[in-house]
Amino acid sequence: MSTRIATGGRLLNKTKSLSFSFNGTILKGFEGDTLASALLANDQVLMGRSFKYHRPRGVVASGSEEPNGLVQMGEGGKFEPNQRVTTTELFEGLKAKSQNHWPSLEYDVGALNAKLSRFMPAGFYYKMFIHPRSFWKHVYEPIIRHAAGLGAAPKATDRDADTYEHFYAFCDVLVIGGGLAGLQAAKAAAATGAKVIVAEQTAHLGGRTVVDGGTIDGKSAEDFVTAITAELEAMDNVTIRTRMMGAGVYDHGYVLGYERLTDHVPEMAGPRHRLWRIRAAQTITATGAIERPLSFAGNDVPGVMLASAIRDYVVNYGVSSGDRTVVVTNNDDAYRTAIALKHAGLDVPAIIDARPAGDDSDMMAQAKALGIRVMMAHGIATVQGGKRVTGVEVCAQAGEGAVLEEIACDAVAMSGGWSPVVHLWSHCGGKLTWDESQASFRPDSNCPPLGDKGQGFVSVAGAANGETTLTTILANATSCGKVAAKAAGFKAKATKAPEAQDAVERAMLPVWLMPQGAGYKLRSKTWLDYQNDVKVSDVQLAAQEGFTSVEHAKRYTTLGMATDQGKLSNINGLAILSDSLNQPIPQTGTTTFRPPYTPISMGSIGGEARGDVFQPIRRTPMYDWHEENGANWEPVGQWRRPYAYVQSGETVHDAVMRETKNTRENLGLLDASTLGKLIVKGPDAGKFLDMLYTNMMSTLKVGKCRYGLMCSENGFLIDDGVVARIDDETFLCHTTTGGAETIHGHMEEWLQTEWWDWNVYVANVTEQYAQVAVVGPNARKALEALGGMDVSADAFGFMEWQDGTLGGFDVRAYRISFSGELSYEIAVPASQGQSFWDALMAVGADLGVMPYGTECLHILRAEKGFIMIGDETDGTVIPQDLGLNWAISKKKIDFLGKRAQQREHMLSDQRWKLVGLETVDKSTLPDGSYAVGEGTNANGQRVMIGRVTSSYHSPNLDRGIAMGLVLHGPDRMGEVITFPGTDGKDYEAKIVSPVFYDPEGEKPNV
Amino acid sequence: MLILNCPCCGITAEETEFHAGGEAHLKRFGPESSNEDFENYLFMRQNPKGVHLERWRHNNGCGKWFHAARCTMTLEVFGTYSAQTYEPPKEICDIISAKRPGWSWGAFS
Amino acid sequence: MKRYSAFAIAREAARYHSGWERAWRAPEPKAKYDVIIIGAGGHGLATAYYLGKNFGITNVAIIEKGWLGGGNTGRNTTIIRSNYLQDPSAAIYEKSRSLYETMSQDLNYNVMFSPRGVIMLAQTHHEVRGYQRTAHANALQGVPTEWINPRRVKELCPIINLEGPRYPVLGGLWQARGGTARHDAVAWGYARACSDMGMDVIQQCEVTNIRREAGKVVGVDTTKGAIDCDKLGIVVAGHSGDLANMAGFRLPLESVALQALVSEPIKPAMDVVIMANTVHGYLSQSDKGEMVIGGGTDGYNNYTQRGSFHHVEETVRALNETFPMLSRLKMLRQWGGIVDVTGDRSPILSKTPVDGVFINCGWGTGGFKAIPGSGWAMAELMAKGHSPLTDEFGMERFIEGRFIDESVAAGVAH
Repeated sequence: MSTRIATGGRLLNKTKSLSFSFNGTILKGFEGDTLASALLANDQVLMGRSFKYHRPRGVVASGSEEPNGLVQMGEGGKFEPNQRVTTTELFEGLKAKSQNHWPSLEYDVGALNAKLSRFMPAGFYYKMFIHPRSFWKHVYEPIIRHAAGLGAAPKATDRDADTYEHFYAFCDVLVIGGGLAGLQAAKAAAATGAKVIVAEQTAHLGGRTVVDGGTIDGKSAEDFVTAITAELEAMDNVTIRTRMMGAGVYDHGYVLGYERLTDHVPEMAGPRHRLWRIRAAQTITATGAIERPLSFAGNDVPGVMLASAIRDYVVNYGVSSGDRTVVVTNNDDAYRTAIALKHAGLDVPAIIDARPAGDDSDMMAQAKALGIRVMMAHGIATVQGGKRVTGVEVCAQAGEGAVLEEIACDAVAMSGGWSPVVHLWSHCGGKLTWDESQASFRPDSNCPPLGDKGQGFVSVAGAANGETTLTTILANATSCGKVAAKAAGFKAKATKAPEAQDAVERAMLPVWLMPQGAGYKLRSKTWLDYQNDVKVSDVQLAAQEGFTSVEHAKRYTTLGMATDQGKLSNINGLAILSDSLNQPIPQTGTTTFRPPYTPISMGSIGGEARGDVFQPIRRTPMYDWHEENGANWEPVGQWRRPYAYVQSGETVHDAVMRETKNTRENLGLLDASTLGKLIVKGPDAGKFLDMLYTNMMSTLKVGKCRYGLMCSENGFLIDDGVVARIDDETFLCHTTTGGAETIHGHMEEWLQTEWWDWNVYVANVTEQYAQVAVVGPNARKALEALGGMDVSADAFGFMEWQDGTLGGFDVRAYRISFSGELSYEIAVPASQGQSFWDALMAVGADLGVMPYGTECLHILRAEKGFIMIGDETDGTVIPQDLGLNWAISKKKIDFLGKRAQQREHMLSDQRWKLVGLETVDKSTLPDGSYAVGEGTNANGQRVMIGRVTSSYHSPNLDRGIAMGLVLHGPDRMGEVITFPGTDGKDYEAKIVSPVFYDPEGEKPNV
Repeated sequence: MLILNCPCCGITAEETEFHAGGEAHLKRFGPESSNEDFENYLFMRQNPKGVHLERWRHNNGCGKWFHAARCTMTLEVFGTYSAQTYEPPKEICDIISAKRPGWSWGAFS
Repeated sequence: MKRYSAFAIAREAARYHSGWERAWRAPEPKAKYDVIIIGAGGHGLATAYYLGKNFGITNVAIIEKGWLGGGNTGRNTTIIRSNYLQDPSAAIYEKSRSLYETMSQDLNYNVMFSPRGVIMLAQTHHEVRGYQRTAHANALQGVPTEWINPRRVKELCPIINLEGPRYPVLGGLWQARGGTARHDAVAWGYARACSDMGMDVIQQCEVTNIRREAGKVVGVDTTKGAIDCDKLGIVVAGHSGDLANMAGFRLPLESVALQALVSEPIKPAMDVVIMANTVHGYLSQSDKGEMVIGGGTDGYNNYTQRGSFHHVEETVRALNETFPMLSRLKMLRQWGGIVDVTGDRSPILSKTPVDGVFINCGWGTGGFKAIPGSGWAMAELMAKGHSPLTDEFGMERFIEGRFIDESVAAGVAH
């Protein structure tokens, strides 16, 4: 059984006992445990079920490479699926549940799949479920979807109860990994004065070295790490963060750090995760190496674990993974596990070493001296046991698996050698090279990821670089730290690499399949990817079927695509594929490493920006007044504008109708502050505006206003608005609400990149003014009641503007109309907007004043046949389509869009043109509907001859009115055309003039 | 996340402070131009794998447009320079030539 | 070719799967083919397949620089829909969608087409109008779609939050017969079928030159030697400009990176595909259980196929608001794909200035869903010289000022 033992447990606080639950059973652990070590301490070896066959699975590893030990934790707004037991620190009250089984972890119906596994080889989905056609959606897919997936989905009704935050950090040298190499590299870099950040993904510094032991500078590894940590912590230019993973390395040296602040203390206040966006001149990845499993039959039975993990559990957590552990290996390192187990008083019946017999290395001699039986040139034929290892069958490695001996045991420690963690190096384009001696890929220092200047910005220290002994790790880390600091602009300082004693190790032997000649039956029980259930036979089948590229084989078998991203399976899978293809591994190549290194929470990616602060809201100065007076809001870009002001007892539609009638009959106020206001100034301002607008603007007289159209260089209408000439060199250009920023940018672009010698500048003053449209027959009376400037028809003509005062406010007034009524638009400094609005409401009280919203604005303009950017235009419409030829200057040689409008399709008489549309029965045409012509086109689609661009019920005309673009429309006045609705009805509409109200245009001119 | 230096205000900042504006050194063709010239000007792009001369605007900063010479394969930035020019300055060309011998961009090399 | 079936699986299981053949042959190139297609992605393979199936042209080579299906075919978010606004787009995408319906049976390869339905979410009034317009157009184009209200959106997608503080859900355009398919399987299925018709799929073979005589194509030079042909199709998203250069013409397009990511797998939580264009995010759940999320494009020319984080950040942030449960999931993997974007963001399927050379490119972010339709149309264009499905997608539209602009309704043309 796996249990807590008396010795060991360097990370535990044995005075602090914690209780937690697993699948509802209350268990005990210690402070310092991970969930994995605590479960093992309670003999809970079975922890989950695999993805495809629902095989029983236990923990294999002790770190973030763990493929099997995934649980769901928390409840309600703190529920989270797919939590790794090996990286979950134990806390009081932790509740974990295993995943992917029904009805229970012990008895899973889905395990039937395992019995059928012979019928479910790699790619079987592609070959089955083809007939009958409808069965995929209705039968097969639902079954497969329910069987797949891992943890349960969080409930839709639970909002995330945690918070998250983002940090920005800048440093000279970022060291990812707080193991021996990382600490030493940080020390060497920091000695130069460089600002250094060290990020360690676990809660503890020192990495493997403190478990594996050794002597450095005369100290034990543990003491050395304690000392160097103290040294670094004492330096002002060094920041050390534990529980912070280097998640990804991105272009130009942008590195993502993922810090887990409260996962281990969920009741603590503050954000749960913190995402660091780090800019470092140089990054050192000291990310260590990951042990590889060996490929033998039954290597997924719970109790079969990485040798290093078994060692970690004994040394760090005082947990034995079994009473009798068989060690199986192709290298010396696993002997450390055997020795550690023996020292802890546990039984190691045998070390099965696949390497041929030969001279004993230091490790081997030490193991033998402890009385451990070492079986050279042997392997495991198969592991016995179902939900738990009960023994192993031993065979000759060179053979086909004939069983020589059975050894009873309840744990197997396996080691297939070590693979450097090259993920972060590779994220941004660092290349790899094959290291024959370690049978692994390591970083090719000649091809690093490149920064903004083409410089390499990542270097790799220690085991991540393929170093295997303390001496070479320390030397490499020291030099790496120095070189990085120098590259970051610091003067190198002599830092001597500490001295270490290394045992002489015998070379590892690549063993990709155990035994070497394993037949199909063994190979189909030999796992490569535990979580996704990919076996040796699957990769071989992929190769047999021509999926010979590594990417094909990966995708066909799903090798390495599980949540562990193939940390354990990559090299083993590649080796099997290469072997099947009879080619060396480097020729097969590797798959691409994608960020993040291990999964990071979506919550942390979102950061603080959620709920009310998800995105900024732009408010006009009168925003609060609108809110208090029933505004039904419409988002317009970042702004919110009142769609209508709803009074009690009214629907939104009622409010719109009321506002529309009242504005025509009495007095309406519109908050027009969001309209873009751009000052264009300079000696060449007139010439510039002549290029930007289709109209002639340079001839506009000071004091006058003109409606103008703007086109893109591609000819399409992009914006419109009223331009006022302020003085000889100054124009104020109004844009649409959405256009303020884009048109400002458009102007700047042409000024800076094409006509940079023209003497003009542009300022966006949109937010400097509050602007109110005072509209209706009583508009003048209202302004007169305020008192001040003369607003009479004689003193202040239509399409003029004046500066003056009204009710004591300094104003700039424009006599313009987008409603067809008598209308003034009054601009005041933004800070006085609310006061001015209040003053207007006060004087308007006797004049029937009502505020109106955007929908009323739309109806008023549609009654007049005025176009609206975004309604009548959609990026494919030119002014000529809208009957706006009067606003296109014939005199100008050039303006933006002119050349484009000379192209064949722009001149075509087949373009749809603007008309008014009146339904025969006075109903409202469906917005966006299309008019149909005769028959169908070559692709069988109904021929369309026009479409509705705006459609409203007009309360003033008491009928539906619409505008639309129709083929030959202006030549077909009076004709009735048909618009099929999506409601199944056909709508008949007569083509009429788009001006429905006051066609003579008398009302604004009073 | 690219880093660019704005030659107008001197600030070195991240990509999110800038707005990419497509190929640089396009010659504008107006009303008297041929169909082919106009099409080339508006739509045809070099889109090279390698050295790309391009426009950027420091839109969350000084608001100015500038040009950058950048490699589309490695994303290395060879340099940035004023947008108020018809051709890349010699020092930029020299930097590119040193790193990408034999490069060319239309008439420039 | 041995047919795939449950029976075949059972037969092979009995003999330890030793009898499965290669899915496609690995031939050496012949000296000459009637047609060469450059690019063994989905579009190239589909073009070859329909040349054979519809026109009996089987002396065809499909030449691939890397591994087949290794470009955007294998790195997209697998969404299939045809609810486009403009007639030419609706025609080719609907042709495509309908071919997906029977693809598994046509190819004897389960591509897992899953017509689970697609909602284009409307989160602004502008989008409401745009999608209502699209629904009207679709009805006349023979594309069944429907405008649905927020309550129906919630029924179809229970994990959605209708009341986002910034972008409330105002409704959606629902295409019940849209969905997803297994992207790799599409390429593999076509490759297997092409190979079975006697076509040569030649991987690891890069074209270095396009040989022309008197303005007509005569063949290509490749890293596996010179190969002659009568007709040449260039179907190489991400590399179109290079190949066009070799043939001596230019293209109105630029290549930019598109961002995508997946979460860890969870049990089924969402049965439909959601496109939220206001926030540049789209979302579906794969059969494996991963939430597959597509984001926006970088604004600058880029051939690196790497993901950049700030786009992911914006997309995830917005989707966390609309689908709050996402916040408790974890991002498993992010990546980038290189997409070719034309002047009007619609594709080019066209003859070229070189006689016998045809090009299919510029699918932008919408390529996967178009694979069978694009192949069908391109095959007709190459075999007959024109196709009603490609007529509007010719290169000459840029000189004429005749654009096919889908951004009208959607803001972005995914």
